[in-house]
Amino acid sequence: MKTTTVKSNDKSFFQKPAVQSVVASLICILGGLLVGFLVLLFMAIFSDDISVGEAFSGIFIVLSGPIAAGNPKDILFSCGNMLFTATPLIMTGLAIALAFKTGLFNIGAPGQYLMGAMGSLVVSLSIPQGSMPSWLIWTLAFLTGTVLGVLWGAIPGFFKAKFNVNEVIVCILTNWIAANVVSWVFYANQQNFVNFAETKTNFIKKTSANGVSTWTMGLDKLFGGSYLDVSIILVTLIAVMLYIMLNKTTFGYELKACGYNRNASKYAGMNEKRNIILSMAIAGGLAAAGAALWCLNGQQDFKWNTYQQLPSVGFNGIPAALLASNNPIGVVFSAIFLRYIDTGGSYLNGKTSFNEYVPQLIVAVIIYFAGFSKLIKDFLGRKKKNAVPAPSPLLSGQVPAAALKPTPVEPETEPEVLPDPEKEDLPEPEPEDSPEPEPEDLQEPAPGVDPEKREEGDE
Amino acid sequence: MVFLLQKTLIFAIPLLIVALAGMFSERSGIINIALDGIMIFGAFAGAMAAFFLRSNPYFVTHNQLLFLICLALAAVMGALFSLLLSFSAINLKADQTIGGTALNLLAPAITLFITKVLFNKDKLEMETMINQDGGRTDFGYAILNEDINPAAQILFDKTYISTFIAIIVFVLLSFWIYKTKTGLRLRSCGEHPQAAASVGINVQRMRYLGVTISGALAGFGGYAFVATVANGTAEGTVAGMGFLALAIMIFGNWKPLGIALGSLLFGFLKCLAVTYERSLIEPLESTSWMQKILQNSQAFSGFYNAVFKNMYFYNLIPFVTVLIVLAFTSKKSRAPKAEGIPYDKGAR
Repeated sequence: MKTTTVKSNDKSFFQKPAVQSVVASLICILGGLLVGFLVLLFMAIFSDDISVGEAFSGIFIVLSGPIAAGNPKDILFSCGNMLFTATPLIMTGLAIALAFKTGLFNIGAPGQYLMGAMGSLVVSLSIPQGSMPSWLIWTLAFLTGTVLGVLWGAIPGFFKAKFNVNEVIVCILTNWIAANVVSWVFYANQQNFVNFAETKTNFIKKTSANGVSTWTMGLDKLFGGSYLDVSIILVTLIAVMLYIMLNKTTFGYELKACGYNRNASKYAGMNEKRNIILSMAIAGGLAAAGAALWCLNGQQDFKWNTYQQLPSVGFNGIPAALLASNNPIGVVFSAIFLRYIDTGGSYLNGKTSFNEYVPQLIVAVIIYFAGFSKLIKDFLGRKKKNAVPAPSPLLSGQVPAAALKPTPVEPETEPEVLPDPEKEDLPEPEPEDSPEPEPEDLQEPAPGVDPEKREEGDE
Repeated sequence: MVFLLQKTLIFAIPLLIVALAGMFSERSGIINIALDGIMIFGAFAGAMAAFFLRSNPYFVTHNQLLFLICLALAAVMGALFSLLLSFSAINLKADQTIGGTALNLLAPAITLFITKVLFNKDKLEMETMINQDGGRTDFGYAILNEDINPAAQILFDKTYISTFIAIIVFVLLSFWIYKTKTGLRLRSCGEHPQAAASVGINVQRMRYLGVTISGALAGFGGYAFVATVANGTAEGTVAGMGFLALAIMIFGNWKPLGIALGSLLFGFLKCLAVTYERSLIEPLESTSWMQKILQNSQAFSGFYNAVFKNMYFYNLIPFVTVLIVLAFTSKKSRAPKAEGIPYDKGAR
């Protein structure tokens, strides 16, 4: 029997959904760090070359992030670059988080990212310097990249909405198509774009060669000559806007309702197909804008022959989104955290016998634990006893139960979205890809049975 | 042509076996998005075993035995690694996509970490040695005979033993899941686990079985990929093959025959690009029909040349084809009904 805690004002601190989400994420992070440390310790014990003390210093370096750089000047420089590299990661994280909210797994962020990079680079390098003000070139390049990403993201959405093809598959295919298209475009026009001047034939010219670079607002000087520019502020604003859109507007509500139950939102009069396409298109635009901001910084090398490799920042958006429970503002913090331990990890090579892959390992374990965050939240919520059975919290009162009956006409590739029609009390509509329900709107169901006990009655 | 079909077979085998891996997991009700990660882990385990066992001179001379041992070990390690997914998805009822994503992140991290600590390198290259007859003696090339007729050459010249093992395993397991009692039970858990439980089937055990078989097959496929397609280099990636296999599985409608067809088609289209690249390196080989087409295409000019004389064009073909076919066949596509839903005994 599913039970839900009733929303009331006299909740204890741990009863609040927002607090539960944050605490659950922190527990996941601690768990990840612990496992990472154990792996280091394990390596140290079983290897003759590595002393046990190195395991301690290794995890300490990872934890200290940019501070591991040593002297204050280097720390500032390291911090600046950390924030700069977090910028595209925040954007891909937002792209994935938004799609998750609509019940879609946007694994196509790498492809959208590449399209954004291509659009912004082509425009910013093709318009001759001096023909128009450089801020205008910057804006045009940024917009072109974003629009390309919007179009590219709309493809999986279109396939999902019109043909009911699993968006994960289409995303994977479009990733590789994007990688080849981008390589092809730059290969065909290499005279104009490839950085022959600095004999870096694998890379595209820096946009600063054409006088285009993001306004730094003095941030680069402030952070010891790092790459940091105004984009980190821009990105934070975008995250806040996305938060407002998702939580305070009708459109955002429709997107989320689509994520919880497509059929119910269709019955309620929402155009669920339009919402799926729009959600993926916006997600694509976000990822592409991240790429455009990174490229237009003016100092970055973009490797153009990417047909055998997808940009890792696209995939790393997934942990950033999951760690933040898909909350747009949370994504900003989780992405910076990911870059924080990455920065720490980059110092491991020189200072210990370990290497830069330790943070990746820790992040993977954190995401593994994030899968259980529902259990953790249930555990936190269970301490108080006012748990009473309640009907489906989000859609009760808005959608009649008949709406939730599956329509037998449509072939459904994702039947899990459909609840069982015979169920007395409606379960929480929860799509496969949405890891955690919206904390503001929902309370978690307490687990009916302990995991250990479940095994008994099966035979 | 023979070269193209040989390549196709070599490329299609990992896809085939890993798509089958995905099918086993999803037919039992668990979405296994971690195929890519399991492949990477299996490949790494096999490559490590090859590296360490080769210090024993017995295995240097009996390299085919070494290959089989490594293949088996890769399968075992893949199965063990997949237990992480089973545990989170079956026992803890965690979101299967998140669990799978975590495994996909974990596998490259842990393999690269260990490779770098042990060897101070970013990739682990298995030693290759060429025999006097041109066959590679360390891992692979079971048979090398170029004098047989071309049709037989496809199957019996420059092939790897993993190809035959994979085909046998594929056929056996396809029969197993359709013709045996356990296979039927496993499939029923992916369609309606509560109904299955009501007739006394242990759903959790069946799902564990499905995911474990899936892990073993993916580990096998991972090592087969690294040893054959990737020329023996394990570097914490399998070029997205696990995800492609997932696409092939859906393309094949969760059925063995469809998977076989899909992976052969995809392998063939993918190898068009490889053949094209080779035709650039060895332009004098006039037996290739690809070559003739390309030479004739010189009669055209401008745009035509820019498109059809371009590697990227051939790289695009398989992906675009699969995308278009998916759009047209989506009406018939039918996923296992209960996949992705954690089994709740109380639900009806």
